[in-house]
Parts: sequence; structure tokens; C-alpha cells
Amino acid sequence: MAKQIFKRPEALKDAIFHYCPGCGHSIIHRLTAEVIDELGIRERTVGVPPAGCAVLAYNYFDVDMGEAPHGRALAVATGIKRARPDLIVFTYQGDGDIAAIGTAETIHAANRGERLTAIFVNNGVYGMTGGQMAPTTLIGQTTTTTQRGRAPLRDGYPLDLSQMLGVAAGSVYVARTSVTSPKSILKTKKAIKKAFQVQMNDLGFALVEILSQCPTNWKLSSVDSCKRIEEEVVKSYPLGVIKDTTGKGH
Amino acid sequence: MAKQLMRGSHVIGEAATRAGCRFYAGYPITPQNEIPEYMSERFADLEDATFIQAESELAAINMVMGASMTGVRAMTSSSSPGISLKLEGISYIAGMELPAVIVNIMRGGPGLGNIAPSQQDYFQATRGGGHGGYRTIVLAPHSGQELVTLTMKAFDLADSYRTPVILLGDGLMGQMMEPVSFPDPIDPSKLPKKDWVLNGTKGRDTRLIASLHLDPVEMEQFNWKLARKYAAISEREAQHESYLLDGARFAVVAFGTAARIAKGAVNRAREAGLEVGLFRPVTLWPFPEKELRALTRTVKHILVFEMNLGQMLEDVKISVGEQASVHFHGRPGGVISTPHEVENVIKKLMYKYELDK
Amino acid sequence: MTSKTQKTTIAKAKTIFSGFGGQGVLMMGYVLATSGMNENKHVTYLPSYGAEVRGGTANCTVTVSDEPIASPVASFPDSAVLMNTPSLIRFEGGVKSGGTVFLNSDLVDVRPKRRDIEVVSIPVNSIAGRLGSTRGANMVMIGALVQQTGLVSLKSVIQSVKSIFQKKGSKVHKMNTLAIKEGAAFVDALSGS
Repeated sequence: MAKQIFKRPEALKDAIFHYCPGCGHSIIHRLTAEVIDELGIRERTVGVPPAGCAVLAYNYFDVDMGEAPHGRALAVATGIKRARPDLIVFTYQGDGDIAAIGTAETIHAANRGERLTAIFVNNGVYGMTGGQMAPTTLIGQTTTTTQRGRAPLRDGYPLDLSQMLGVAAGSVYVARTSVTSPKSILKTKKAIKKAFQVQMNDLGFALVEILSQCPTNWKLSSVDSCKRIEEEVVKSYPLGVIKDTTGKGH
Repeated sequence: MAKQLMRGSHVIGEAATRAGCRFYAGYPITPQNEIPEYMSERFADLEDATFIQAESELAAINMVMGASMTGVRAMTSSSSPGISLKLEGISYIAGMELPAVIVNIMRGGPGLGNIAPSQQDYFQATRGGGHGGYRTIVLAPHSGQELVTLTMKAFDLADSYRTPVILLGDGLMGQMMEPVSFPDPIDPSKLPKKDWVLNGTKGRDTRLIASLHLDPVEMEQFNWKLARKYAAISEREAQHESYLLDGARFAVVAFGTAARIAKGAVNRAREAGLEVGLFRPVTLWPFPEKELRALTRTVKHILVFEMNLGQMLEDVKISVGEQASVHFHGRPGGVISTPHEVENVIKKLMYKYELDK
Repeated sequence: MTSKTQKTTIAKAKTIFSGFGGQGVLMMGYVLATSGMNENKHVTYLPSYGAEVRGGTANCTVTVSDEPIASPVASFPDSAVLMNTPSLIRFEGGVKSGGTVFLNSDLVDVRPKRRDIEVVSIPVNSIAGRLGSTRGANMVMIGALVQQTGLVSLKSVIQSVKSIFQKKGSKVHKMNTLAIKEGAAFVDALSGS
């Protein structure tokens, strides 16, 4: 019998992603599902999707899902986790969700050290609503609300949420990765796995920020989108582990 | 159980705990700070209970939303400006068909207003408050003992109908101490099992709790479903108190703190020989419409008395239609009317319409 | 409008307690309300709250009644227990005509202006100090209040105070009892003279 070398993770439903061609969400969904499978936690995992492009994430993840209002995912997740500490709870949020309208919920969940795993997909635009400026949009970047480029004096500066969360005493693991190449995808999976393990080991708050491509709103090809992340975006948002105190007897 | 002298806010906290509430998230705002204070201490000794002082009203209501998804009886509390912030979450909770109990210890407004007792959030509470045309059940206690019964009832209603329930009090109800007695506590593990909660997919298909319905037909069907639920609630759950209405030719309609004052006014007017009684809605939504309409067979003049400038007034007018004349007296700033003041309004009206003979 | 029915006398009395923080003003109200409850009367206790109490003043209103209580608020209280001068200035005007003002004469340095109210002046700080600690001044005052008004019995006040301060032990109980009785005795002596 032929050896199966590729299959759909159990934590993913048999559904076709609605995401645009070249979008990073599909990859990140898959990685998250693979991690859930590998950790054997599918039957006790609850996911909290955001408002935004991934609002329909529950059509794909084959786990219990509870919706949250825009930006409130980590507050909703806090309620679920505190009421049922035996569950593994993750949020899946975009940059507008987690770093603009939900900044307060994010910082305080991290600072309380909630036993939660946050998957933070940073593509620098509001995708679902048509490509407006996000908190993470780069200086000079054009969006539908910064048509002449993001100008700091008018539009403010890009927000480095992960750095801020690294400062929060309750966060245990904060890492920034990308999904532009096989190598970076593997690194992302490792980071996501660790972020779940932090929760499983009851250590505190864990977050993985993933720089993700949005060819549609960036008006670039898939390949050029990946190139933009590798050459440009990482200058403002350097990849790597921002905080890891898992080994420090947290 | 012996009576205890207890502050209204503490009574709510104790009654909630005895109703099996095991999750509370809240944010400080006067005049209801004693509720989170009480819950923090009361839950400290209960292993299965969670208290969170949230970073905001928004976070608090969303934590309650999350907790409710797991099936636990959950509550938050606030006062008027804080409830405005919670409305987003309340709309989602209604849209997700989750049970939750929300306490509003009303204060003056609009804006920051003041912290004095007020009933200015009647519209907000009884019309859903937030976006999307949903309803919340609204209970209006007028005494310490009723804080016990209605707080406990709020959790039952929330679970039965999977809907948010508002306990609507004011600064006076929250701060005042009265003797109360409590029934034995309910063991939350003995409550009816909920077959819709998020608790992991082991041995079953995945569950989703969401309020998103992208397909217009689906959205419409869902809203019809809510409409049927609201119709059932209206049919079954309207509750009121009739006070000295037998043989009355004139009725005062008032709720909550205003109803207490009105009782005093009615007592005084009765002593003066006037045939007057009080109709007190206990549920503000559903409003006891049919019951009030029935009263108009014998009562042709009604005085609505509120601590606002006429909000329940609209529901009273809808209820009685052309069957009775509806008059109004209100104080909108936190000044608490005396029974004497309301008695004078009753007397003037009854004199004017020759109901005092 | 003429009254047709015979008005039955409803025994209902509202008392305002006022002073600065630390004088045990709220405790006096709580003791009176608890005592009323223990005598199976209807009672309400309404404290001032919020920003009002942040300035260091405190007041509360207690209603004791044989009938259910409509409003716990007292626009025109039957009695006012005023522990300092600002309290007198604030509450004197509202006291019901024929009502009674209880003054802490150790701290209130002005006399009430009204002639239609009864004034009972008690040096509660001095009396409590003589018994051992001025902290018992509020107990002296509550003793005087109930002895004068008969709102509740002295016995149930002593009993309520005992249960409220149960954790503090018998020494405190003895002290409180003594203070309450001294307050009552002071009023007796006044009326006897």
C-alpha cells in the first residue's frame, strides 16, 4: 500500500478556503490545525475567531468555536478559559482586531497572564473592509485611507504590539514569524506549537505574530507580496523571539 | 432563615451566588461598586467560581459572554454610562442566544450625569439598547427582598430563554439596607444540563456559537426565530403587582424606587378617603400590557410616575390606548420625590376630574 | 379636601445621623436599623454614597416603622443626630417641626436657631472619654437617642451592638454596654431636672 505523505489535519474541516489567492491565512490555518493534531488537543480546544477576513475561520477549524465582537477575542477567551480551565483556548486575530480596536483587551489579557494562545496575523491592512490603514501599516504605505502614503504626523506611527506585549509581566512567550517560504513556515509552526504548549503547561500568556501577505489589498502578485515582507516589512517588524521565559520557572 | 440587614448591592451578589452564578466580571462605577466588591470576596471561598475585575466595561461583558459559552451562570453589573459601553456585548449575547444577567444600578444622565438614583435608562433597557432589534428581559425590583427573588429569577429566565436579562435598579436600591432573607443556595451542578455549550468536541460534532449570518435569508430566519422567542416571553413572563386597586377609580403606575414612593402616596391618599391604587410593573419588558389594559374597565384616569421625563409612559399609553386618560409626573435629576409630593399630584388630578366625590 | 376616614397613627420615625468620618456615624444608623429589625419592625438604612462621602463627612438616614416603608429618604426627619458643627448647619433646617435634634455638645459650638424643635445636648465625647475612650462617643449617643425617642428598646440596642461587635470580645461588649447606658442615663437626668 502506498504511504500517505500528505493529508488534511483532523483539526481542519473538509472545506475550501474562501481566502484570496496568495493570502497567508490559509497557510496559518493549516499550521494551527497541524499543531492541534500533533498535541492531541483537538477534542478539548476552543477557538475564538475575530471580526475581519478570518471571521469565517469556524468554517475551517474542526474544533468548538465561539465568536467574539471586533477586538474582544481575548476578553471572550478569558471568560471561556477561566470558566473551563481544562479547555485549550486560542484566539485568531488580525492586526486591526488585536492592535487597534482590541488593544486594551489584548494588553490586559497578556498582563493578567491569561493561559491563552493568541495567533496574531499581521498583514498591515484592514483586508475584509477593503484595504484601509491598519495600526501596523508601514510609514509611506498606501492604503485606501492613506492614498498618498501613511504620514506619521497625520496618521500616526506603526504600532509594534508584540514588543509592547513583551513588556507585560504576564506574557511568557511572544514571537514574530512569517509564512513567505518553506523555512519560515516551519519556524512559524514551531512557534505556534510552543505558544500552545505554554498554555498546556499553565505558564501564562503566549502570542505568535505572523507577518502575512495580502496580495489583493497590496495590489502585488503573490511572489512580490512575499518579497515585500522579506525585504521591507521585516525592517519595521524584525522576526524572532521577542520574549521567552518558559525556562525561567515562570 | 433569619432576616439580615443588608445593602442592596450585597443582596444582589448573595442572591446571584445562591442562584448558582459562578462567574462575575465587572468594572468599578458608582453607585454599584459594592457588587464587584462583594463578588470578589464571596467567590474567594468557592472553588468553582471566578471573579475578574476587568480592565473595562467592554472586557467585562465579553468575559461574561465567553463564560456563558461554557454553560456557567454568569453575571456582570454596572451603572448607566457603563451599561452604554456594554451594549455592544449585550447585542452579541442576544444574537448568540446566550444566557447572561446584567445588573444596571441606574444613575442620572445623559453623559456622566450624577450618581443619584434615576430611572432614565428605561428606554435603553426595554428597547434592547444596542443595535440589531433584539430584546432583553427587564426586571425592576422595588425592595430588598425583591432584589433576592428577582436576581435569582433573572438567572432562571436567562437560562430558559437563552437571552440576556437586565436587573434594573437605581442608586437607592443599590445602596439602601433592608432586612432580607435568602432561600437555600442552588448547587450549580444540579442545574439542568445545557446541550449547546462549548466544552470540546469529544464524542460529538463541533459546535459554533456565533451571531454572524451572512446569507440574508438565514439572517431573516434567525430574526423570525428571535421574534417567536420574544412573543413567547411576552405571553408568559409579564409580571406586575396590584396594590389597593380593588374599587379604585384612579391608578398610579410606577416601577422600582418610584413605585415605593407611589405606595406611600397611595397610602396617604387612601387615608384621605380617595379611591386610588398602584399598578406596579415588575417586568418592564415584557410590559404587563394586557393586565394594565384590563384595569381600564374600572379606572379611567392613570398617573404615570417615573424618575425621568416619561419613558414607561409610552408603554402605558400603548397598553391602555383610548380606554383611559394618562397623566404624568416625573423627576429627572436624582431628586427623590416624597410620597407627599406624589400624593398632591394624585389629589389635584382626582379633584380636577371629579374622582374625589 | 376633608378626610373622611379616621387616620390611624402609624408609628414611623426617620432619623438622620451626620458627622465626620471616624465618629461612627454610619455605625449608629446601622445599630438603630438592626435593633428595629430585631424588634420585627420595618426598617430602612440609607447611607450617603459616592463623591459625597469622599470629603470626610458621613451621613445616613434610618427609618423605623410599624408599616412598610415607602421612601427611605427623609426630607423632614423626626430626629437628627448631629455630631459636629457642619452637620448642624446642614441638617437643622430640615428637621420636622416638633422634632428633636441630638447634639454632640463637645464638638458643636453653635446653638440651633430654630425654636420649634427640641434640642438635646450631650457631651458624648467627654462621657465616652471618662469611660475609657472617646471612640465610644457614638455608643453614648445611640443610648441617648433611643432613651429619648423610644424608637427601639435600650435592651435591643445593647443586644444588636453585642452581635455586631461579636468578634471583638467581651471587653468591648462591656465597654459598649456601659456607654449606651451612660447615654441613656444622661437623658434621664436631663428630663428629671
